[in-house]
Amino acid sequence: MDINYTPEDEAFRTEVKAFMEAKLPKGLSDKVKAGQKLDGEDFMLWQQILGQKGWLVPRWPEEHGGCGWTPVQVNIFDEEAYLAGAPRVLPFGVNMVGPVIIEFGSEDQKARHLPGIARGEVPWCQGFSEPGSGSDLASLKTAAVRDGDDYIVNGQKIWTSYAHFSDWMFCLVRTDPNAAKKQQGISFLLIDMKIPGITVRPIITFDGMHSVNEVFLENVRVPAENLVGEENKGWDYAKFLLGHERTGIAGVGGCKAEFEKLLEIARIEKKNGKPLIEDPLFAVKIARLEIDLRALELTNMRMLSGSGTGLNGAFPSVLKVKGTEVQQRIAELQMDAVGVHALPWQQAAMDPAWNGDTVGPDYAIPRMPAYIDRRKATIYGGSTEIQKNIISKTLLS
Amino acid sequence: MNFNYSEEQSLISDSLGKLLSDGCSQATRRSLIAGDQDHDPEIWSALGELGMLGLPIAEAYAGVGGTAVDTMVAAIEFGRHLSLEPFTASVVLGGGALQLAGTEDQKNAFLPGIADGSKRAAVGFLEPESRFDLSSVATRAEPDGDGYRLSGRKAAVIGAPSADIFIVSARTSGTASDPDGLTLFLVRPDASGVEIKPYRFADGRTGADIVLENVPVAASDILGPKDKAADLIEHIADLGTAALCAEALGALEKIIAMTTEYLKVRTQFGRPIGEFQALQHQLAEMMIDFEHAKSLVFEAAMTADSPDAPIRKKAVSAAKVYLGERGRVICQNAIQMHGGIGMTDEYELGDYVKRVMVAEKAFGDTDQHLERYARQMA
Repeated sequence: MDINYTPEDEAFRTEVKAFMEAKLPKGLSDKVKAGQKLDGEDFMLWQQILGQKGWLVPRWPEEHGGCGWTPVQVNIFDEEAYLAGAPRVLPFGVNMVGPVIIEFGSEDQKARHLPGIARGEVPWCQGFSEPGSGSDLASLKTAAVRDGDDYIVNGQKIWTSYAHFSDWMFCLVRTDPNAAKKQQGISFLLIDMKIPGITVRPIITFDGMHSVNEVFLENVRVPAENLVGEENKGWDYAKFLLGHERTGIAGVGGCKAEFEKLLEIARIEKKNGKPLIEDPLFAVKIARLEIDLRALELTNMRMLSGSGTGLNGAFPSVLKVKGTEVQQRIAELQMDAVGVHALPWQQAAMDPAWNGDTVGPDYAIPRMPAYIDRRKATIYGGSTEIQKNIISKTLLS
Repeated sequence: MNFNYSEEQSLISDSLGKLLSDGCSQATRRSLIAGDQDHDPEIWSALGELGMLGLPIAEAYAGVGGTAVDTMVAAIEFGRHLSLEPFTASVVLGGGALQLAGTEDQKNAFLPGIADGSKRAAVGFLEPESRFDLSSVATRAEPDGDGYRLSGRKAAVIGAPSADIFIVSARTSGTASDPDGLTLFLVRPDASGVEIKPYRFADGRTGADIVLENVPVAASDILGPKDKAADLIEHIADLGTAALCAEALGALEKIIAMTTEYLKVRTQFGRPIGEFQALQHQLAEMMIDFEHAKSLVFEAAMTADSPDAPIRKKAVSAAKVYLGERGRVICQNAIQMHGGIGMTDEYELGDYVKRVMVAEKAFGDTDQHLERYARQMA
């Protein structure tokens, strides 16, 4: 065991820092640091910059554009990217469908889709949840019926993040309604969002933001060559994918950057004439949070480096539960830190195009919306309740 | 001890509940917000006719002469129905301030109007740099002839944009957060040097920062004791805080009812999700917290009128702390148990959550009240 970074790791960190300094556009990092709204172009611009450098898909096999980084290096990269104010890398292509195509896709699918993801040129979204199928994902009803060389798809997806600017959607569909177990009749399809029959409708969340959507599929003709792997094996691929998603879902790099922002706010805000960070009540809360964050960071590293426990397959669930709790707690304390400035609802001013008046310090403006936004973290990607089921099932089986 | 509503209080609760459930739909609220109004004129005048706007105001000034418990009963309904009407801002805080400290002339000038709804008041105690410390007042009142000139900035003044009169704290002597040297002033919104920067709070209610620049006020516009208003300010804030806690209680009751209903109708894995024990326990914990919060809100209301400051402060701060901590958790768990639908703007849960969040922060956050409570123990 050794808790220290190696000289190679430190050199890598220096290299990443230099890259961020040189290549991360200031206009973009300013937006991210100010907590402003990001649109599709903002996200994709950064993914393309990383793609050009060959750093967008570090954990993929090197033959498909991976970097061969160690888990520690992946972590260092995430940390430095967030601290520099880079937007998060959208996981749908890079960490979700990409690994599925690499593992289970046809050679044609690999050739067609992987380069576009690795170059950061093709935005993807995830068509999993349905109105009646949230935690009980396997109960999904969107139907795909084989018709010659096509599947005809009918149904509705919901909570589809960034569907409004995505070119492709990977989608779970029911191909065998009569399967003995509901998990056995599901297939994994790649759907071009521009083909006829697809309607995307925005869902505004109560922080006032638009990132999720409803996606309606009406007689959508999807070529059968877009089926990943075998028909009716989609659930296996989805489970593989969710395992990948959950390792990123702890969001350690983002947590560290947001924690720094919390410290920054707590140094500026005053209570009883002194910096808030010196207020014993508040300082204790920050301290507890930093301990949780450190525990999360180290546990994430242990998992990535393969130093697992008896939990095996449930380890990502452990990280998902804790990581999202830490994200929420940081957003909560950021909101509490700004005190009375949390009260004015100035969500409209989070739009970079806003040029009206505001009250209070700028850093206070996104705090209550961000607190609200983070509540979704323990719901999406398998709710906390579902993760706990997975953990206890693993232990009890 | 008796924790039951009197016959009159049941009447307040019933008639107000009926008025607001008919007139305070989500669609109405949203159109008020879109139309830049802070209240529905029809509802407001109906509230005046029902006597709700005169609840805490003495009969001598055309009020009802009720207690803080009567106010609480009403505030619970305002919270339960997410009414935007500035009841707490104008009636409880503004009316309360004038009633506690006004001269005959001041009372006659404003209280009958507040009670019938023709006038509205707003109270500005906090400042951008004060955090939640009511004694931390940088706004200065400099003597000028027979009167004063006020300069400074008041933050997060609930109900300010539609108010006919502001009641603001300013420093007539002393510095920084010295409790000595504070004086309350009546300031007219149209006085020279007053600039109102309006916005909405997260829950849709109107508020504003009020910028004061050399605003002339007469000596007769001092409300209460000169230089010695610190206790008065705390008492007024306590009246408002007790009402805000009651509003939050009403909103939380609705949040728990919505969650309970959702657990019954939402099915996953072939059964209502309310059959899952993990959710049953969360729901049970919500109710345990809610009932205890309710007890403390009742006590806060029963002591809010009390001149015995230590007893009043402990009771009001206890309610604020309990609601601040447990109310937040109830809201978080309600969203969690609703899943995605609980995150949407269209579904009403978020509106209730925002109401509780504003109540949690206004007039002192949890830490502020925890500290104030602790100071009373020393």
